[in-house]
Amino acid sequence: MTDLTSPAPLHEPGPPPEPPPAATEAAEERPKGTASQRSLVWWRFKQHRLAMAGLIVTGFIYLVAVFAGFLAPFSSSTFNADYTYAPPQRLHIVDRSGGDWDWGLFVHGYRSVVDDETLELTFEIDESQKIDVGLFVKGDEYEIFGLIPWDRHLIGPTNPDDPMYLLGGTRTGHDLLSRMIHGTTVSMSIGLVGVAMAFVLGVTLGGVSGYVGGKTDLAIQRLVEFFMSVPSIPLWLGLAAALPPDWGSMQRYFAITTILAVIAWTDLARVVRGRFLSLRNEEFVTSARLDGSSRRRVIFRHMMPSFSSHLIASVTLSIPGMILAETSLSFLGLGLQAPVVSWGVLLQDAQNIRAMATAPWLLLPGLCVIVAVLALNFVGDGLRDAADPYKR
Amino acid sequence: MTAPILVVRNLHVRFPVKRGFFGRTVGHVRAVDGVDLTIRPGETLGLVGESGCGKTTLGRSIARIITPTSGEILYRDAAGADVDLATAPNYELRELQRQVRVVFQDPFSSLNPRMTLLQIVGEPLRNHGVATGSELEDRVAGMLQRVGLSPKYLHRYPHAFSGGERQRVNIARALILEPRLVIADEPVSALDVSVRAQILNLLRDLQDEFGLTYLFISHDLSVVESVCDRVAVMYLGRLVEVADTGDLYTRPRHPYTEALLSAVPRPDPRLRDSGRRIRLADDLPDPADPPPGCTFHTRCRYAVAGTCDVPGGAPVLAQTAHGHRAACLRTNELDLAGIEPDPV
Ligand SMILES: Nc1ncnc2c1ncn2[C@@H]1O[C@H](COP(=O)(O)OP(=O)(O)OP(=O)(O)O)[C@@H](O)[C@H]1O
Ligand code: SF4
Ligand SMILES: [Mg+2]
Repeated sequence: MTDLTSPAPLHEPGPPPEPPPAATEAAEERPKGTASQRSLVWWRFKQHRLAMAGLIVTGFIYLVAVFAGFLAPFSSSTFNADYTYAPPQRLHIVDRSGGDWDWGLFVHGYRSVVDDETLELTFEIDESQKIDVGLFVKGDEYEIFGLIPWDRHLIGPTNPDDPMYLLGGTRTGHDLLSRMIHGTTVSMSIGLVGVAMAFVLGVTLGGVSGYVGGKTDLAIQRLVEFFMSVPSIPLWLGLAAALPPDWGSMQRYFAITTILAVIAWTDLARVVRGRFLSLRNEEFVTSARLDGSSRRRVIFRHMMPSFSSHLIASVTLSIPGMILAETSLSFLGLGLQAPVVSWGVLLQDAQNIRAMATAPWLLLPGLCVIVAVLALNFVGDGLRDAADPYKR
Repeated sequence: MTAPILVVRNLHVRFPVKRGFFGRTVGHVRAVDGVDLTIRPGETLGLVGESGCGKTTLGRSIARIITPTSGEILYRDAAGADVDLATAPNYELRELQRQVRVVFQDPFSSLNPRMTLLQIVGEPLRNHGVATGSELEDRVAGMLQRVGLSPKYLHRYPHAFSGGERQRVNIARALILEPRLVIADEPVSALDVSVRAQILNLLRDLQDEFGLTYLFISHDLSVVESVCDRVAVMYLGRLVEVADTGDLYTRPRHPYTEALLSAVPRPDPRLRDSGRRIRLADDLPDPADPPPGCTFHTRCRYAVAGTCDVPGGAPVLAQTAHGHRAACLRTNELDLAGIEPDPV
């Protein structure tokens, strides 16, 4: 056997065999030569302003979701039935009522007014009352990451029994701001958990479909088409309505997530299958097989990495769909139910036109949905555009 | 004469043609239709022909990227034993594919953009358990240097390199397992003319150094002339002529070869007479439904009705002179024009 690859040329200084001078210099100039695909994708992503903005907003929303207990002034179950539909209070930082500048956070209290015509009880801001507000105040107990118990809140009334409704109160006298923050955890995590389930289903079935091909592919494709052809809203409604009413909130949460995932996996399966089909005959994959790579190594080491960024983009783009679906279901009363709060559950309060007229702030959870969905869409679009750094 | 390193016997490769919703098979493309071919150790055998004539399919069958429909591909391994590549089971194939390697045409799609040169060129060593760790790195560095790339590039990704450099990487990957037979499928046709000569020189140097045997697939007869010892001409899945390069170029014995040669550019103005070029009708017959008799008769300017198009009367590759074989019924009656050896 000839010793083709003896390391001898390395140690022997001798004349390098036939150096291609032009080519060598050309490669020298390119600084990105050692940049991995990941850093190239990141570099391209950063060029995309909207996507960066989306990423920052998304990051912020997930931070809120994680630290909801600390950020929310009250727990999600705290309410004061005396203050239904309390209007939003303005947070003041300086009190000039005494003539001089008195620094410190405070809000004004409420006084109740009875409407002359309807005899309805409403609340007005009472400028004569002053409720002191503090940072890092003691309040309701909660657990950080569901583990470490704590009772400090970023912001809250110094006396926990004082009313503080920075974004207004709900029909039941809950603080809307607190509930929205707690709803963030539920709504955003449903997106993640649901997509994780859809991902496992989609990648497995799509991968098998694309790599094995033949009859298996045919069967899986018909399954995908079946799920795609079923109108999703009636299917959700049907499945959600079929959930036993006596299930606890945790069971319901996972049931709803599963229902959403069952419908969302089809898109991912298509993406993955398409990638596998197009890669299967790509020369570098053929080369990998000829180089003696095992089938597993061909799939996971050679094929998967070349579309992982596309996969991440697809996954990111399917999270907003999940969030919207959960919101719609809960809004219709078929999804999550109290005491669990999600944005959709909060929006149930906004179903009533009269309530909306007197308390328009109840629509704010809808704004959260819009912001979250847009931000995630921007991130997904940016990722999709950056996913193929070698194109162009 | 030394024993051949590879003998292909009556090789057929058929691809089903599927139509309609249920993917019914309505026919077969006979991409390779009864090929007999011999490759001698140390030589460079050129395989030429128009696009779609089955060159790649033949090459891929030998590398067993595709499994042939029927026929034999007898490979004589280093120990002198014959193995049939066409039917070798997977566990044997893995070992055989160390000795028979492929250089692909497209330098862009054949390198995984997610892997560094070290990973790409080192992959065969790793998979076959030949070397690991720093030994693997040393060997890859040595190989890169041998193909004219600095070992500095070990940790770079392919996107930083030009087509010519990438093709060097491909060659390094093919050779790192110390193969005996290399199938080069149009290794330079995707490259700029300026770097072609460099790559061809490199292939030639490596052949001398490591005693390689090449099956060199190309549709460019000028390139083939400069690198090949012998040439096989393929038409519609069959070989129509096989001869030593010089012999084939100066005295072709098949009308198809004559037509191909007439299109080879010659820089010498005295040879550049406009009437030389033989125009072939553009339409290659459907390989799923080849013409009866001599498959070339639909385009052959020497075709005689009643002789060349008789069903079942297809010409076979027959000896016309020493070491020269052609598949034409009228080869002895015809006086076909070749071209002078390239003056360069
Ligand atoms: N996987 C396949 N499935 C079906 N038909 C195929 C397949 N691969 C090749 N063919 C057909 O077989 C014939 C020969 O193709 P092949 O790629 O071997 O030709 P070629 O001589 O290499 O052409 P080129 O010069 O364009 O590379 C063509 O008609 C082609 O359409
Ligand atoms: S057999 Fe007839 S058709 Fe075929 S190449 Fe010869 S002359 Fe032409
Ligand atoms: Mg080809």
